[in-house]
Amino acid sequence: MNPPDVAAAVVVGGLFAAGCYLLLQRTLMRLLFGFLLLGHATNLLLLIAAGSPGAPPIIGAARIGDEPSADPLPQAMALTAIVITFALTIFLLSLVYRSRQLHGNDEVRDDAEDRRLAENQQREASAAAADPHRTNGSGQARTAADEGGNTL
Amino acid sequence: MKALLLFAPVALPLIAAGLSVAFWRRSAVQRVVGFTVLTLVLADAFALLYLADRDGPVAVGMGGWSAPVGVALVADRTAALLLGMALTVCLGILVFSVGQGSAESQEAKPAFHPTYLVLVGGVALAFLTGDLFNLFVAFEVMLAASYVLISLGTDASRVHAGMTYTLASLLSSLLFLTTLALVYGATGTVNLAHLSVRIQELPDGVRSGLDLLLLIVFGIKAAMVPLHFWLPDSYPTAPAPITAVLAALLTKVGLYAMVRTQTLVFARDDTWVPLMCLATATMLLGLLGAIVQKDLNRMLSFILVGHIGYMLFGLALFTADGIGGTLLYAVHHIAVQAALFLIAGLVAGWSGTAALQRLTTAPPPPTLLAVLFLVTAMSLAGLPPFSGFIGKVALIEAGVAGGGALALGVLGALLVSSLLTVYAMARVWRAVFAQGPERPPRVARRDRRNRAMLAATAGIVLVGVGLAVAAGPLSRVTERAGAELKERTAYQRAVLPPEFRPATTAGAGEARQTGTGWRTGTDRAEGAAADPPVQGNRADRGTDRGTDRGGGR
Repeated sequence: MNPPDVAAAVVVGGLFAAGCYLLLQRTLMRLLFGFLLLGHATNLLLLIAAGSPGAPPIIGAARIGDEPSADPLPQAMALTAIVITFALTIFLLSLVYRSRQLHGNDEVRDDAEDRRLAENQQREASAAAADPHRTNGSGQARTAADEGGNTL
Repeated sequence: MKALLLFAPVALPLIAAGLSVAFWRRSAVQRVVGFTVLTLVLADAFALLYLADRDGPVAVGMGGWSAPVGVALVADRTAALLLGMALTVCLGILVFSVGQGSAESQEAKPAFHPTYLVLVGGVALAFLTGDLFNLFVAFEVMLAASYVLISLGTDASRVHAGMTYTLASLLSSLLFLTTLALVYGATGTVNLAHLSVRIQELPDGVRSGLDLLLLIVFGIKAAMVPLHFWLPDSYPTAPAPITAVLAALLTKVGLYAMVRTQTLVFARDDTWVPLMCLATATMLLGLLGAIVQKDLNRMLSFILVGHIGYMLFGLALFTADGIGGTLLYAVHHIAVQAALFLIAGLVAGWSGTAALQRLTTAPPPPTLLAVLFLVTAMSLAGLPPFSGFIGKVALIEAGVAGGGALALGVLGALLVSSLLTVYAMARVWRAVFAQGPERPPRVARRDRRNRAMLAATAGIVLVGVGLAVAAGPLSRVTERAGAELKERTAYQRAVLPPEFRPATTAGAGEARQTGTGWRTGTDRAEGAAADPPVQGNRADRGTDRGTDRGGGR
C-alpha cells in the first residue's frame, strides 16, 4: 500500500491556512488572493482524492508495462473547478476595481448596521455630554439616526 | 422522449441565453426569447411532475452512459414540483422586470436577459441533477448569474453588497468543492444514488463529518442561522425583481440540496436533534431580527431567514410527513416571498422610499396593492384559508405525530415566530397602507409600465392563492414526495442499474466493466462494493485504494 503523499497534504494544508488568513484581511485585493489560494488548495485536494498517479487514462493508448492508469474523474472535476474559479476571479477583480473607482481605495467598509449603531452611540454620548438634563435632545438625535439608517 | 424532457429545462435556457447575447441590441427579440423559453420549460416541468407522480422518478444518464458512469439527470416528485413552482415565479418576475424597465435600463440593457436565462438554467440543473459534482456546477452557474444580477448597475452600496454576497457564496462553494474531494476520496463516487449505497460502508465518524460539512455548505446557501449573515446585507440592495428572484429561488435551491443529500445519502431513522436546534434558532432569530428592522426590504429578508427555519424543522423530524411538510411549505414560500418582495418594490417605486418611517407620511399606494399585500401577508403568517396555513398545518401535524417532547418545544417556537410574523406584517400595514392623520390623500397615477408590474405581482399572488385552492391534490403530492424521499428505493432504482443497487450488491461482480482499460472512479467503487470480504475494513478505504490501483509502483 502506498503511503499517502505527505508533501501534497502539507501543501494543501499550507494553502488552506494562507487562504483563510488572507480572507480575514480588510483589503479586497487580499481577499481575492485568499480566494485564489483556497481555490488552488481545493483543486489540489481533488487530485489527492484521485489516489496515486498512473498511466494516462486514454482508451487504446499503448500501455507501458502493467502500470494501472490514473483515475481521470477527479482530473475532470479539478479542470471544471479551475475554469469556474478562473471566471469568478475575473468577476471579483472587476468588482474590486469598481470599488476602488468609487471609494478611492479597496478597503472593505464597515457593515451598514454596525456603522449605524456606532453613530447612534456616538451621537447619544455627545448629546449626553453636551446637555445632561435635556432628554429631548437625545430623542431627536435618535430620530435623525433612524432617518439616516432608513436610507440604507 | 424522457431524455429530452429532462434535458430541456437545463439546455433550453442556456441556449436561449446565447441567443439573447447575440441579439443584445434588440431588446424586443430578447424579451420574446426569454418568455418563449420560460413558458416551454415551465410546461416541461409540469410534464415531468406528471410523469414522476405517475411512474416514479424519471432518470436519464447523459450521453447514453447509464449511472453511475454517466452524469444522471433525475426528476422525482420533489424536484419536478419545486422546479415547476420556481419556473412559474421566474416567469412572473420576468414580466415584472420587463414592465419595470429595469431590464432595459441604460447600463443593464444587454446583460439582463441572458443572465436571467443562465440563472434559470442553473436553477433547473440544481433541481434535476443526480450527481453531487454536477450540483456544484449548477450552484456555480446559478450563483455566477446572481452575482452579475445583484451587482448590475454598480453604485457604491451595491458594490459593497455585491462583494459581501459574492465572497460569502464563493466561500461556501469552495467548501462544497473541498467536501466533494473528501467524499470522492472516501467513497470513489459522486453520483448521489450510488453514494447513498456506498456511504453506508464508511465508519460512523467519517460519515458524520461529511454530513456536517455538507450541512454547513447548504446551510450557507439556504441562509440557516448562524450562517445567514450575508443575506440581509446583500439582497435588499438589488432592484425589486432581482431581490425577489434571488430570495424566492436561491435559498430554496440550497434547502432542496440539503433535503436531497440528507434524505438520500445520509438517511437516518430518528429526529436529528442538532438540526432541530438550528431550525429553532433560525425561526426565532430570523423573526426577532425582522421586527426591529426599519427598512421594508431588510425586514422581508429577515422574515425569509426565519421561515427557512420552518422548512428545516420538517427536515429535522426525518419522518415522511415532516419532509412532505417541508416541501409543501417550500412550494408556498417560493410564491409568497417573491410576491412580497415585488410588492415592496412597487411600494418603494410608488412612494420613493422603502424606509418604514418615511412611508407613514407618503401618499398611500393604490388599493389593489393593499389587497395584494393583505392576501400575501396573511398567507405568509399562515392564517387560514391561505397557502401558508396548509403548509404550517402539515408541519405541525408532522411535529406532533413524530417528534416527541423536543419537537413539541420547537413547535412552540414555530408558533411564537408565526405571531412575530403577524406583528411584522402588521407594522408594514400600518406604515404603508393604513390611513393616518399625517398621510396625504391618495393621488391617482397611471402608466402602462406600472400596470404590467401590478399584473405580474397579482399573477404570483394568485398562484399563491391557487396553491391554497389546490391544497388537497398538492398536499397529497407532497406527502407522496416525502414518503418517496424517506424510502429512497424508488430513486435508487430509477437511477442505478440493477448491479449497483443495495439489494443486489453481492452479485455485482459480473457487472464490472470490461474492456475500458482503466479503472474509473465508479468502476473502482463498484469493485470495492463487489468484494467487501476481501477489502474487509472499510475504515481506511481512502488510503487502501492505493493498493488496488497503483500498488506496485
